[in-house]
Amino acid sequence: MTDSNDDTRTSRRRFLTGAAGLAAAGAAGAARAENPKNLPPNVADWSKHLGDGVAVRPYGHPSKFEKDVIRRDVQWLTASRESSVSFTPLHELDGIITPNGLCFERHHSGIAEIDPDDYRLILHGLVDRPLIFTLENLKRLPRVNRIYFLECAANSGMEWRGAQLNGCQYTHGMIHTVQYTGVPLKLLLEQAGVKATGKWLLVEGGDASGLDRSLPLSKALDDCLVAYRQNGEMLRPEQGYPVRLVVPGWQGNIWIKWLRRIEVGDQPWYTREETAKYTDLMENGKARKFTFVMDAKSVITSPSPQAPIRRKGFQVISGLAWSGRGKIKRVDVSLDGGRNWRTARIDGPVLDKCCVRFYAEAEWNGEPWLLQSRAMDETGYTQPSKDALRKIRGVNSIYHNNGIQTWALKANGEVENVEVG
Amino acid sequence: MSRSVSLIAAALLLASPALAQDKVAVRKSPPRNYGVGQAATPAQIAGWDIDVRPDGQGAPPGKGSVKDGEKVYLEKCAACHGEFGESAGRWPQLAQGKGTLASHDPVKTVGSYFPYLSSVFDYIRRAMPFGDAQSLSNDELYAVVAFVLNLNDIVDDKFVLSKETWSRVKMPNENGFYDDDREKSEKAFWNSRPCMTDCRPPVKITGHAAVIDVTPEDKTPRKGGVE
Ligand code: HEC
Repeated sequence: MTDSNDDTRTSRRRFLTGAAGLAAAGAAGAARAENPKNLPPNVADWSKHLGDGVAVRPYGHPSKFEKDVIRRDVQWLTASRESSVSFTPLHELDGIITPNGLCFERHHSGIAEIDPDDYRLILHGLVDRPLIFTLENLKRLPRVNRIYFLECAANSGMEWRGAQLNGCQYTHGMIHTVQYTGVPLKLLLEQAGVKATGKWLLVEGGDASGLDRSLPLSKALDDCLVAYRQNGEMLRPEQGYPVRLVVPGWQGNIWIKWLRRIEVGDQPWYTREETAKYTDLMENGKARKFTFVMDAKSVITSPSPQAPIRRKGFQVISGLAWSGRGKIKRVDVSLDGGRNWRTARIDGPVLDKCCVRFYAEAEWNGEPWLLQSRAMDETGYTQPSKDALRKIRGVNSIYHNNGIQTWALKANGEVENVEVG
Repeated sequence: MSRSVSLIAAALLLASPALAQDKVAVRKSPPRNYGVGQAATPAQIAGWDIDVRPDGQGAPPGKGSVKDGEKVYLEKCAACHGEFGESAGRWPQLAQGKGTLASHDPVKTVGSYFPYLSSVFDYIRRAMPFGDAQSLSNDELYAVVAFVLNLNDIVDDKFVLSKETWSRVKMPNENGFYDDDREKSEKAFWNSRPCMTDCRPPVKITGHAAVIDVTPEDKTPRKGGVE
């Protein structure tokens, strides 16, 4: 009998015994215990002694008190961690930028570890001059910096049939937002010279899954990047080091990591990843294909199941909103499950195909709230309710669930993922 | 002189006001050749160019029979995908599922869902066996694909797959897909004046994630601290 197992079982049981059990557990589970020795009028330890010197942490890391701010996976979801997903801890973050080490991961054959000296990108097919680039070649070319969200089309995919996972990390954590530095794909294509018959690109990754997708040439020429940096530093191995494709506003699966090859063709390839996967099965058994764009969506990140409320009184409700069709124009928040709405305050940059951070302020005195947020983008698209989506699509489509999320706030400050009707 | 002029031109092209996230530079003049990157040789391209299209373009030389494919499959695939493609444990199922796509529990397999032979051929060629990618010879590849098709009753026991027989394979769900139509079928979601007050009758909770209780335990404090 191991203690940790026992703990897990006990806490799960408490979780299920309702408010009485929760109140008892609440005290223990609440914020970390304070140490009076560090509080005024006493002088704290760290105010007296030397800390680590410079370069003791040559690559800095978060405070040891933040060790629970990590990506997490749901092990029952997949047979192997090499073809699986881990989720961004959205409930622990603010602003719009995702720290590099917290960006969700989706791999199909694990993380390829590519020696940058051995990196090559081949560009061929219907071009005048087939080319091969080294990483150093790519870094010599003119580059741009752009901040975009990247959302997996399967984000919230487990919620089609009803509330399932209790935490925005799990329900909405297949998204991250970073600043990319890279070469416009258009510029690379110009170096090779696309023939007039070229209409589609095959873009392919260099990991052991060789993930390949068909990308319309028009999108490639519009705003795609061949990126090698995120938030200033080189891409993380999990994000495709040394080079990934950036396909703004479109489903994450096509943002090929470890990019090794681009082939210009005159029609799509219908690869497994754009047929067997990433097609949206409707109720009648037919499926939508090439549903690239991620529709407007939002989620309240705090309070949320992993970020319960600790005090009555003034509350800042905080969340993220994004749209693959352009800029976010407005975000509304409801406390009563969508009966009445108020417009939230967006703070920080509002960029094309990028997350915005929104806030709404409210007094809470223990009454039950049903928290929702609703995003609207500059095309006038307004995030639908889950039921409105289901009415059109049924519940089998897995992908593109951008329905309005509901969090139920209970009298003890606990928050739960619920469905409303 | 021409050098400095083009440097200025390049600077102008790339200049974009902070935070504007403009579209990637709009060029008026013919694109500049930066002289960066080498010519890719046919041999280099051939080594990496493994994609195959629905019409068979890109399929390598070689052939394989259902019978030979069974051997390859039992040795290299069945441990995960099951002897009959039924899946061992939680690995993907490759066969059966016919007639389930419109049901409450759709089973998507090579036979029930994949639209083209190339979709499965191209995938196995690049990604399978899982963890030992690109290890099959062309003949083994043709054979094992033929066997997976046979498991799905798409070809008979005597079938030999090759470039020549490629177009004879008809996948049952070829017509199961249509282009993204959200801008039409979901037009109602373009509504820039959504209701703000008294939008619906009182709301009832109809489902709880805690009841399903499948969320992994993590260290995040989920308990409220409010007494
Ligand atoms: C170690 C386990 C394992 C072995 C062995 C294996 N596979 Fe797979 N196979 C997988 C996994 C995992 C996936 C899904 C990967 C993903 O989607 O990222 C997969 C996916 C597939 C798919 C696509 C299924 C779908 O519905 O999209 C096919 C087809 C396939 N494998 C065929 C084969 C063949 C043929 C072999 C033998 C040559 C083989 N596999 C060997 C684990 C395995």
